[in-house]
Amino acid sequence: MNYLKPDTFDEAIALAQKAKGTLRFLAGGTDVLVQLRSDLVTPDTLIDLKGIAGVKDITRTSEGWDIGIAVSGAEITEHEELMQDWPGVVEAMDLIGSTQVQGRATLVGNLCNGSPAADSVPAMMAAGASAMTLGPNGTRELMVTDIPTGPGQTCLQPGEIITSIHIPAQKANSGDAYERFIPRTEMDIAVVGCGINLTVDGDTITGAKVAIGAVAPTIQLVPDAADALIGSSLDEQALAGLADAVRAACNPIDDKRGTIEFRIDVAGVLARRVAQTAYARARKAK
Amino acid sequence: MSKQVITTTVNGDSVDFVCDPRESLLDVLRDRLGLTGSKEGCGTGDCGACSIMLDGRLVCSCLVLGVEAEGKTIETIEGVATGTQLHVLQDKIIEHAGLQCGICTPGIIVAAKALLEKNPDPTETELRYWLAGNLCRCTGYDKIIRAVMDAAAELRKVA
Repeated sequence: MNYLKPDTFDEAIALAQKAKGTLRFLAGGTDVLVQLRSDLVTPDTLIDLKGIAGVKDITRTSEGWDIGIAVSGAEITEHEELMQDWPGVVEAMDLIGSTQVQGRATLVGNLCNGSPAADSVPAMMAAGASAMTLGPNGTRELMVTDIPTGPGQTCLQPGEIITSIHIPAQKANSGDAYERFIPRTEMDIAVVGCGINLTVDGDTITGAKVAIGAVAPTIQLVPDAADALIGSSLDEQALAGLADAVRAACNPIDDKRGTIEFRIDVAGVLARRVAQTAYARARKAK
Repeated sequence: MSKQVITTTVNGDSVDFVCDPRESLLDVLRDRLGLTGSKEGCGTGDCGACSIMLDGRLVCSCLVLGVEAEGKTIETIEGVATGTQLHVLQDKIIEHAGLQCGICTPGIIVAAKALLEKNPDPTETELRYWLAGNLCRCTGYDKIIRAVMDAAAELRKVA
């Protein structure tokens, strides 16, 4: 295995184009190195992106947040301003793995690993996050919503890498939340995950995004679920409409963590709960 | 690819080692540097027996490559005691019988020390969540939790 540590993203792309055989990019390593050690994927070339300037930075701009590709979960959780703006995104990232995993795991890794159960991805989708990429054909800005294409698969081209995650500034009178269902209290993979971002005007919801994870081959926004909330004051009818729309969007697998019926049912219950948290946050926000 | 020369600081000492890019930092610590306190339980980041501090962050050394440690500061269980003087956490783990086979113990102590340096007065719930990535199949955890809570109280008295 060839281990390379370029100083720039351009150099990383050039190295990737020259690489023969299996190529992997390394940031936190909590998936790549597990695959390496389990003999699932042994890269011929491993390109470590942590030597590139800015990859460990969380930057607030006039448009929102730029999060470096090697920023760890622990660093995100400790960032008080980001937590104030996007508590749901921060909590979602914080749910992944143990304290030790949090010391290394990254948002981009969680996204690029392509797991349908990735915790941070529904929260990023609900927040309207995007990813800047660089590849042999130049730069692109992709909505996080468009990146997962199937279990373990993304729309990134061979040799194309994400260079930063952009989360827009949270709107006024808005709040987000993420929760997952797991049969234990910690250290497990989502059976159902749900991220919701709401904007209110007084008691009335004026904007909503609802994303669900672990209940379909890809994590996805559910526009019908958002429509069920918009215009309401999160009354019982709106919550029931939300749960119905979320359940209708589910297409889960049966596995040891949950049956199809269970996942679909829990998705509705969880969405109601997450909507209530996001609504309370939006009403408290300025 | 040929082996690489890596320069690090381990428990305060400047340490150079040569390793293959595929070698984990855990394997380097154990097999090349003779620091066998860090244990391999699972090798996939689930059990925490290989916990170390890397530039002040608690990580599983099985999920770090040796080559990634270039220029980094590493602290292992071997650096926790001062000479023959055990750390309060080590004393309390013994006093409360917070171990049986001992494989998880170095990782638990490194992880608990990291928490107490960040938060000297954790609640039991905070401690249990913090240590959720340190698996122990012997004790049932209660004795470990009591030992760390007692150590935290002791350290607060000293401070």
